[in-house]
Amino acid sequence: MTAPIKFYQTGTFTVGNRLLSPEQRSVQASPERNNSLNSGHRACQGCGEALGARYAVDAAMRATQGQLIAANATGCLEVFSTPYPETSWQLPWIHSLFGNAAAVGTGIAAAMKVKGRSNVRVIAQGGDGGTTDIGFGCLSGMFERNDDVLYICYDNEAYMNTGVQRSSATPAGARTATTMAVGAEPGAQFGQGKNLPLIAMAHEIPYVATATVADLRDLEAKVERAMGIHGARYLHILVPCPLGWGSASHDTIRLARLARESGLFPVFEAENGEVTSVTKIRHRVPVEEYLRPQKRFAHLFGPKGQIHMLERIQAQADRNIKRFGLLDLDAGDAQ
Amino acid sequence: MQKQIEGSRAVAEAVALCRPEVICAYPISPQTHIVEGLGELVKSGTLTPCEFINVESEFAAMSVAIGASAAGARSYTATASQGLLFMAEAIYNASGLGLPIVMTVANRAIGAPINIWNDHSDSMSQRDCGWIQLFAESNQEALDLHIQAFKLGEELSMPVMVCMDGFILTHAYERVDMPTQAEVDAFLPGYEPRQVLDPADPVSIGAMVGPEAFMEVRYLAHAKQTMALERIPQIAGEFAQRFGRNSGGLVRAYRCEHAETIVVALGSVLGTLKDTVDELYSDGLKVGVLGIHSFRPFPLAAVRAALQGAKRVVVLEKSFSVGLGGVVSTDVRLALSGLQLHGYTVVAGLGGRAITKASLARTLREAIADKLQPLTFMDLDWRIVNRQLEREAATRRSGPIAENLLRDIGAVASKVH
Repeated sequence: MTAPIKFYQTGTFTVGNRLLSPEQRSVQASPERNNSLNSGHRACQGCGEALGARYAVDAAMRATQGQLIAANATGCLEVFSTPYPETSWQLPWIHSLFGNAAAVGTGIAAAMKVKGRSNVRVIAQGGDGGTTDIGFGCLSGMFERNDDVLYICYDNEAYMNTGVQRSSATPAGARTATTMAVGAEPGAQFGQGKNLPLIAMAHEIPYVATATVADLRDLEAKVERAMGIHGARYLHILVPCPLGWGSASHDTIRLARLARESGLFPVFEAENGEVTSVTKIRHRVPVEEYLRPQKRFAHLFGPKGQIHMLERIQAQADRNIKRFGLLDLDAGDAQ
Repeated sequence: MQKQIEGSRAVAEAVALCRPEVICAYPISPQTHIVEGLGELVKSGTLTPCEFINVESEFAAMSVAIGASAAGARSYTATASQGLLFMAEAIYNASGLGLPIVMTVANRAIGAPINIWNDHSDSMSQRDCGWIQLFAESNQEALDLHIQAFKLGEELSMPVMVCMDGFILTHAYERVDMPTQAEVDAFLPGYEPRQVLDPADPVSIGAMVGPEAFMEVRYLAHAKQTMALERIPQIAGEFAQRFGRNSGGLVRAYRCEHAETIVVALGSVLGTLKDTVDELYSDGLKVGVLGIHSFRPFPLAAVRAALQGAKRVVVLEKSFSVGLGGVVSTDVRLALSGLQLHGYTVVAGLGGRAITKASLARTLREAIADKLQPLTFMDLDWRIVNRQLEREAATRRSGPIAENLLRDIGAVASKVH
């Protein structure tokens, strides 16, 4: 600290970077940042993935002094960043296939190791479809071998690039193009979204973390932490998608925050299979507050609403809160 | 150095002499002994520096090879059959990206019905994937082709499959001449990639390409294969000069000069064919053999030049395009377009059915007499085929085909005619 600061919002860094010591300032606060995902790309207005990727990759670039290579799965991030012959990527970057980003990352890491360039680090990244569905085998293999790759999943809870179809990360109740809001039980009726952070933890890999684009400084810190560790690491970032969620472009960060504050998206870190820290809920909200602004959940409300589904989603949030200890019991805001 | 070793071991040692930097291994018969051999060489420190990666699928094997190759490492893997199909998407990706990965395909049939034995269905299914496909006749040639493959692939920035018959070659113990490290080093320079993922000079690889340039990118892959038509014989020539033996090349002719009938084939069956035509020759029958050693690029001109003096051509193939007939035959016919000669396709040896000299001699004598059907399935057991057809005509719920046939055959599920 350069000077003692009175924090009006305790536990956050929202007081402004210039009051913080340089090592505490965000990567994006620096004019020296890399701009790894440069402007000019074709992401939609309010795209959570573009925001999350820029912060994550820039943080990884700073943590590795620019010695970074990225492998990318097919998906929105790949398509909007590289409309031929242009590219937004300001780092060595390869897109191979939809389902193999983790394995391509393994190959790059192996090449760097064999060439004696272990200082060059590797990230692999994809959306939830490329991570939880089609790329799951390669990802699990990379985890199990403990290859020196940080895999980043930008989770917007459906196949947005192909037109909003259900993925195994799609939450219950959500309308997608393949879980239509019609019939007696509209929307996705099964599951709660494949919980890949917990699956990653089951591989006992050195580091697993979740983050949202509502707390970008936390995201940066987790990337930095991940790059300080060797071996397989997994970072799961919730990135709202205005197009697929049917939400306003200006609500991306608010929705990400509500996902966390409702307990639906627990934000935590884990090392070697054990949870080491959780981000506590500051102002708990019922899930309804998170769901209502999203058209993908519109069929749950109104006269023909799906009360039982709302109760089911609330129960999932309650279970997360209990399971991860998301409420600070000392603060008096427990149930 | 002369060695009496298994074909897979010979390939493993030859690949090791090429100093691969990343090897991806996933087990599938009959390829497995190759990567086992390489794994041992890496783990014992004989092959170093090299990363040997046990992957979780063939799709991952090719994907790891793609990442490693794009990062500038000489990359190798091996597979067969179902494994080749499981990695198909990544196979196209590797060639589309122009990454000079070398892969052994220990040729094996594709199920269902599941079958581990040799034919060429697997690599033929990837005929159009953009990889160079070289076919080995013997263990010595398989060994030699791998050394040539790294040189060829890296020069052109194109991936190369070295196809060798599963079990017939991979599991056969034969004498091979293993080159020294110094000899291979003198023949095969270090890998200098045309494109590489390097923080010092960042590039994007694998961008989305629309109609404005996609055809051109694909054409350039074809242009590379056209260049390979020139480089394959040159590299084989250079190899012969340094190592003192002929291996590889586009095609190799045996007794074709004054032959009235020429048999075209790929792989290890060429040896049986040569023995067979030797015997036919002593009966005054002028039969030659044309071995195709480069299937992709397909040497249209060389095939035409070798066959144009003949009266009839028999394509003997261990592959089968269901609903059409031959796979290789189609290409051979293209090479012969405009020429008037009798053409026969003989599908043989599917799923490891032994191709015997006796059957070959009988089939070739029928061809010479022009009594052969244009499409012949050599040694097909018509008895069980017809029984199944009758069964299907008689009963709607006729049951699973393969199991019916096995029941008809009885206790001996596999037999040599």
